[in-house]
Amino acid sequence: MCGGFCLFAISDHSHTHTHSPLPVEQVRLLDRFSNKSTNGTLYLTATHLIFVESSSNNSTSAGQEIWILHHHIASVEKLSLTTTGCPLVIQCRNFRVVHFVVQRERDCHDVYSSLLRLLRPVCFEELYAFSYNPKQNDQEREEGWQLIDLGAEFERMGVPCDQWQLTDVNRDYKVCETYPQNLYVPITASKPIIVGSSKFRSKGRFPVLTYFYQEKKAAVCRCSQPLSGFSARCLEDESMLQAISRANHNSRFIYVMDTRPKLNALANRAAGKGYENEDNYSNIRFQFVGIENIHVMRTSLQKLLEVIGTRSLSMSDYLVGLENSGWLRHIKAVTDAAIFLAKAVTVEGASVLVHCSDGWDRTAQVCSLGALLMDPYYRTIKGFMVLIEKDWISFGHKFADRCDQLDGDPKEVSPIFTQFLECVWQLTEQFPQAFEFSEWFLLQIHEHVHSCQYGNFLGNNQRQREELQLRERTHSLWAFLMSERQNYLNPFYSPAYSEAHPVLQPSTLPYHFKFWRNMYHQFDRSMHPRQSILKAILTLKEKTCKAESTLHALENRLQQHGVAPMVTSDTPAPPPSRDQRSNPLPPRPDSLILGAPVNHKEVERHQEEHEQGEVGQEALESTNSERTVEGSSGTESRKQSYGELEGKHNEELAKEEPAVVSLELGVARMTC
Amino acid sequence: MYPFFYRPMFEVLEDGWNSFLPQNAFKGLESMTDEWRLSEVNKDFSVCSSYPSLVVVPKDVDDDALRKVATFRHGGRFPVLSYYHSKNGMVMMRAGQPLAGTNGRRCKEDEKLINATLRPGKRGYIIDTRTINVAQQAKARGGGFESEANYPQWRRIHKSIERYNVLQESLIKLVEACNDQSHSMDRWLSKLEASNWLSHVREILTTACLAAQCIDREGASVLVHGTEGTDSTLQVTSLAQIILDPSCRTIKGFQRLVEREWIQAGHPFQQRCAQSAYSNSKPRHEAPVFLLFLDCVWQILRQFPCSFEFNESFLVLLFEHAYASQFGTFLCNCAADRARLSLPEKTVSLWSWMNRPQELEHLTNPLYEANSLVIWPSVAPQSLLLWEGVFLRWNRSSKCLDEAYDEMVHIIEYNKELQNKVNCLRRQLAELETDEPVLQTP
Repeated sequence: MCGGFCLFAISDHSHTHTHSPLPVEQVRLLDRFSNKSTNGTLYLTATHLIFVESSSNNSTSAGQEIWILHHHIASVEKLSLTTTGCPLVIQCRNFRVVHFVVQRERDCHDVYSSLLRLLRPVCFEELYAFSYNPKQNDQEREEGWQLIDLGAEFERMGVPCDQWQLTDVNRDYKVCETYPQNLYVPITASKPIIVGSSKFRSKGRFPVLTYFYQEKKAAVCRCSQPLSGFSARCLEDESMLQAISRANHNSRFIYVMDTRPKLNALANRAAGKGYENEDNYSNIRFQFVGIENIHVMRTSLQKLLEVIGTRSLSMSDYLVGLENSGWLRHIKAVTDAAIFLAKAVTVEGASVLVHCSDGWDRTAQVCSLGALLMDPYYRTIKGFMVLIEKDWISFGHKFADRCDQLDGDPKEVSPIFTQFLECVWQLTEQFPQAFEFSEWFLLQIHEHVHSCQYGNFLGNNQRQREELQLRERTHSLWAFLMSERQNYLNPFYSPAYSEAHPVLQPSTLPYHFKFWRNMYHQFDRSMHPRQSILKAILTLKEKTCKAESTLHALENRLQQHGVAPMVTSDTPAPPPSRDQRSNPLPPRPDSLILGAPVNHKEVERHQEEHEQGEVGQEALESTNSERTVEGSSGTESRKQSYGELEGKHNEELAKEEPAVVSLELGVARMTC
Repeated sequence: MYPFFYRPMFEVLEDGWNSFLPQNAFKGLESMTDEWRLSEVNKDFSVCSSYPSLVVVPKDVDDDALRKVATFRHGGRFPVLSYYHSKNGMVMMRAGQPLAGTNGRRCKEDEKLINATLRPGKRGYIIDTRTINVAQQAKARGGGFESEANYPQWRRIHKSIERYNVLQESLIKLVEACNDQSHSMDRWLSKLEASNWLSHVREILTTACLAAQCIDREGASVLVHGTEGTDSTLQVTSLAQIILDPSCRTIKGFQRLVEREWIQAGHPFQQRCAQSAYSNSKPRHEAPVFLLFLDCVWQILRQFPCSFEFNESFLVLLFEHAYASQFGTFLCNCAADRARLSLPEKTVSLWSWMNRPQELEHLTNPLYEANSLVIWPSVAPQSLLLWEGVFLRWNRSSKCLDEAYDEMVHIIEYNKELQNKVNCLRRQLAELETDEPVLQTP
């Protein structure tokens, strides 16, 4: 079966397949947190590294497969040879960590060096998106790309209007390479003002509109830092801010939010950059909000991952490690900044100009999260896509650099977008009814930001994307996610709630921020709750859906008989979020995470069948062993854990015992 | 005290004082095995002052032997049956520490008693909830542990569940951390860590899992004890039962468990819960032992949200009533005291009030689907959470969470209603279609 399967996988990728298939047999996959391991075979295709568990192992878990996309691999490490073989540790950008032991060192080296070659694409054309073909025709592909229309989005906000206009000043990226071509500026900002202002801003990123709060005519604008140094000023830039201020009659001043810590901004002055001097700009209120830079964030995440990857981690070390990593502190800082922005706009009705250094990392975080707090539309599935498209993709968050798409400068890599997703997740925990999407949606987006399977996130800015002709040569993630929309719905979502609470006012007391286990331990199944409320309710909704159609069918048949139904379908008060039940839900993969980016339906089905089989098997096993006390099923594992206990006792007579049991339990099989 | 003056303003459907009598519980056991008997040796509480008048012991051990064993165990708490695992016939027993002392006293009857629970050629496990060091030190005060030489058929495992003042201090620190309204993340995490509360939760859960594992996976019987056998011992035995026994995850079953493993087993509620959990005074015997148990249950509930018949409110309610209540259920330290004060006659039982439809409605988990399997929780630090429903109760608004909960109930009820209608129409249609031919013949 494995052989056939491998052939199939490879033939499917044949158009890009340049390496000979490399089945390495007798590979052990070690569990990250326990002493368990499984045996199997390793396959390497042009796009994936695949581990197929050998079926002889244990009938209950036959054929478990792990698919790892090359682009997801962040690092491969070959450890020193042990008695059992050569260990190979692979860390992925979606936080999967796999530990293989390859029996023969030569094989291990082969895998290692092949992976190293595959991991470091040097040009965009090598990325998966350019070979990925979901069997769509050109028209379907084009429709996919048309799904998100930023012009329409600005119209939705009420722009252009009497105070804001579309400018063509950046046509052909003449003024700013990293901005999109279509930009919105105040009516009173003339071309010379814009061009002048852009010359006074880092990378030419002059102040432009990113969100318009129609109710108070207040604007959220974004830019990069001014090139003010210690004393330089620019009249056009001052006029630009003046124009933004004048466009809002509700407030006499605008806020200028510098999202950096004050110290960083001061240091920038020495390099001829810096921040706005309140004396030179009339009617501004200047504010630092203290979000750290990309390097601090990168180190912070590394520390976090190191802590949570520790085996037999104690509670104390976990909490200390969580604190020392600073990760949650950063998440809180971003959220605090977004709340400040949302308050200034919605409560004070003031316009706000947000910047950091280049205006594409912290600025993107704060603007998008702030808009999410202000506007319920961004809390829907479609709206969230629009938000990402607008504040992240079009305004030039450097996805290629930050996500390390090509072999580049490791100092440019940073989990800025991951932080944004996490901030959103923290909000969904506080407001379970405010979001149309569930956690799965966020996880899936994160998966594909790094998969390079779709064109959306490739490159650093729109100009680069046009040069790469992504719309012609790759597919859009948004269309794919939209087609799977049912998978990502939050069953608790209530449009009525959003109507009543259009602006979210989260609390940022420290205990509201939790460790996002489902993100950072996505693939460590033993860590997850064994039952999920989300899944249970989604299944129930599915049933409800079926019941509704059955009910209608029954009514019709009764009416054909000329009899009035004893009960009618109209009477039950449907839940408020009724609109979600209009379509039956498609079957969902059984895993918590929607699976590695398996790209062909056949394989998906294959996996699903497998997983269902596994669950069934487990249930069967348990019932069996309930009937027969020392049944044959599961003897293997029982013996194994008994061995562990034995060993434990012998050691124990002399010294304090290690937490062997907690490890065993950490991976205790799901028995329900 | 208030419970003595409190008169119920509700109709008692079932007197909680009679709901969970030991003799009734034993009837269930009898139907599964005949290896155990109900002993009246402690009828007048003279053999063990903290045990109930009726206890379950191995059939082959007579009352005289029990009296001798009682002199060898701390507080007279000789080994009694705590749980019978019907799946494989293995048992869990609990006791006080053996009074081995520095010169290694032994008691043949004690050895005989616990060996009587072993199958031929099988080994058992003794789980001592103290570290080996603490257990060693206990010898100097006349206590100790079962030596390998005298108990060759038993493997001893030491864990480290903390006691009394350590726990109370931990609780005080935790409550203080939760009430700290400063906005610094670092300070919060460091205070949470320094409280050690979650470490205690983890240690207790781990030990309970170990006991459950020995019974279910290893097919071995287990004896659990600490020092007195009235605190950490009960945490372990009761949690292990929640993991192993589906019936303990129902409302009635959980009440039965609390009644049997805590109240009747002689957990000194009066001493442990004398002060409010929010008070920071430290009386000598005050300790949040029961609260920690409830916290552990909550952690398992979080991980298996569909396997429990009760919800979080149920656990919070028990926590409240253990500390302050108009009912007599959690009064006193042991069965002897309760009998002396005639609590069943003079006070109302919490269960009488709780087990009425209008109360049960708020305490029932709408997601519950009976799950007959053993449930193994994850005890990784990343899987354990602060119990916000108790510790942040007064510090955060739960409005959004409550509304989401209501929405969930709504979805579930709507589905039920629909299914009922479908069934109703199906029946109607079926009747019609069987009638039809008759109608059409003429």
